[in-house]
Amino acid sequence: MKNFRSLLATPYFTSLVTVALLVVLFAMGSVAYDGFFSVQVVLNLLIDNAFLLVIGIGMTFVILSGGIDLSVGSVLALTTMISAYLLQSWHWHPLLVIVCVLALGGLFGAAMGVLIHFFKLQPFIVTLAGMFLARGLCYLISINSITIDDPLYVAMSQTRLEFGFVDAFISPSVVIAVLMLALAIYLAHYTRFGRAVYAIGGNEQSALLMGLPVGRTKVAIYAFSGFCAALAGVLFSFYMLSGYGLHAQGTELDAIAAVVIGGTLLTGGYGYVAGTLTGVLILGVIQTLIAFDGTLSSWWTKIVIGVLLFVFCLAQRLMSMGAARAADANGAAAAVKPSVQAA
Amino acid sequence: MNSKLVSDRNQSSTAFAAGRLRRVLHHPLSRPLGALAVLLLIDFFMIPGFFRIEMKDGHLYGSVIDIVNRAAPLMLAALGMTLVIATRGIDISVGAVVAISGTIAAMLIGGTMVVNNGVPEYVSNIPMGWALAAALGVALLCGAWNGLLVATLGLQPIIATLILMVAGRGLAQLLTDGQIITVYYKPFFYLGSGYLWGLPFSLFIVAGMFVVLALLMRKTALGLFIQSVGINPVASRLAGIRTAALIFFVYIFCSLCAGLAGLMISANIKSADANNAGLLLELDAILAVTLGGTSLAGGKFSLVGSVIGALIIQALTYTIYSLGVPPEVNMVVKSVVVFLVCLSQSPEFRRLRLFKPAGSGN
Repeated sequence: MKNFRSLLATPYFTSLVTVALLVVLFAMGSVAYDGFFSVQVVLNLLIDNAFLLVIGIGMTFVILSGGIDLSVGSVLALTTMISAYLLQSWHWHPLLVIVCVLALGGLFGAAMGVLIHFFKLQPFIVTLAGMFLARGLCYLISINSITIDDPLYVAMSQTRLEFGFVDAFISPSVVIAVLMLALAIYLAHYTRFGRAVYAIGGNEQSALLMGLPVGRTKVAIYAFSGFCAALAGVLFSFYMLSGYGLHAQGTELDAIAAVVIGGTLLTGGYGYVAGTLTGVLILGVIQTLIAFDGTLSSWWTKIVIGVLLFVFCLAQRLMSMGAARAADANGAAAAVKPSVQAA
Repeated sequence: MNSKLVSDRNQSSTAFAAGRLRRVLHHPLSRPLGALAVLLLIDFFMIPGFFRIEMKDGHLYGSVIDIVNRAAPLMLAALGMTLVIATRGIDISVGAVVAISGTIAAMLIGGTMVVNNGVPEYVSNIPMGWALAAALGVALLCGAWNGLLVATLGLQPIIATLILMVAGRGLAQLLTDGQIITVYYKPFFYLGSGYLWGLPFSLFIVAGMFVVLALLMRKTALGLFIQSVGINPVASRLAGIRTAALIFFVYIFCSLCAGLAGLMISANIKSADANNAGLLLELDAILAVTLGGTSLAGGKFSLVGSVIGALIIQALTYTIYSLGVPPEVNMVVKSVVVFLVCLSQSPEFRRLRLFKPAGSGN
């Protein structure tokens, strides 16, 4: 029992559980369905969820800092819409379009960050309004879906990067997403910015008193999240080859679920960016399992995601309670108070 | 002499009036009421016959009645949400609960046409009272689930209710298999589109709920307790208030309101649509509560304000539709309104506006 409790209190407990769960889910699929156990199925997880991974990376930083960003799904949709409009109606060069939408996403996030930090507004309500705004702007451009037939986009959509040694392929989007993940891991664990993010999530007041640039960091976090959402939008438009205001509805919830399942603490200050990859892959495996089964309706995806969210939130609570108990046992001042989290 | 007296009296009465005006302007409800008045004024000038109300077949018809009728589910959801927000919480599962309760009621009632002596009659699968009770019961269960997660386990409200928001709609879709369930049972429709004494029946439900709630909040200590929990949960607990039980109650009540709203919506459209019923209703409810002057930081709340907030949202939608502006603008306008309301609630912004040094800006 004591061993178990100390295991609960280890920092990477939920991350371990996540990886184990991923393996178990995949093993279940491999046993139950023919053709599930193949390299391509694994790679397809990445191909189909590259955009979710990128959004999840941005969301991880926001949640690490103790905030939340509900606008990402809408920013993604807005990006696909603006890209499609600029490409099809104004015939801009695709690279210029991509640079523009990425900058726009970053600016959008930064503006929300400014509101959140300088006017002390709740991240939840500001990004909620941002979500409405971005979705509404989509419909202002067009209420219909705009097809993209730009050669570069089509090429990005259809290119298959083959591996030499196995018979499997990935899409260019996967490469971009993985590069982004590497960049994010570097940012989070090896830069001043990353440390400031963790410090703010741990305790904003302390971070401020330590002399960390809280304001600048918070604005940068939301700008980064907006940038990630825009990049995800670019990847999504490679994937779908269209811009549409109804694209990616509810993606913000999937992203939050992926981050939570990946082991990042919702109260902020604790978690790994790499965990988000496992979270995204778990969501992907669940979808693949349901697709392979064929008899289960897609509603099951939502229910299973809900159940997983619940289980992982519960595990997080147990973990923080275990940590508090361990701290108490050591006679240290209780650093984590379980009761003040109702705020 | 006589004239001086008169002018004196005039002066004092103007001073009195000015003081009263100031007090009226500082009243927390003045802003939402003002916004509603401005909207109605725009409607009055831009839409011909906006305020015309007619009697037809013993019912009142008119734009105003229409707005009030359509705002009924939102008003209910906003009432429940007000209490949750007053305890520093948030409930984003409202839309899912709407979908679940509407689906369950529609499935249990269903309705088939039976021809009795050549007269077609509609019969429900099980008695309507039971069906409604079952739907509300499930809504209560949803609320209990949320309350359990927030009050007992201490999860953050937004995440705790996120679980039900994701899974709840999935459950409703599972029940209906993603199909729209049509109801063929006349008495059920009364809930959404019936009229009592010339007024929409849904209004009476909202009014009843409002009166009960207002009495509970003003005539018992419940309102005070909720406020104190919102202002400082730890201090309230130490002062002997049963915080957990209160928070539990608040989430149950919010889900009950949502369930009732779900019944109303599905009775109004004569079917249950698990995919779209109540979609984004939670956001509208939060918006209504914010517009009504309830602080998102908890503590201060106003039930009347939330009802007015819901009316503002519905009036805004109605105005946008009838002015011929593309309805897509609605979302943009709503978001701008949220930004403005939030900014106006922020003390930092007020300080900025008065050109005083921003102090501890960063």
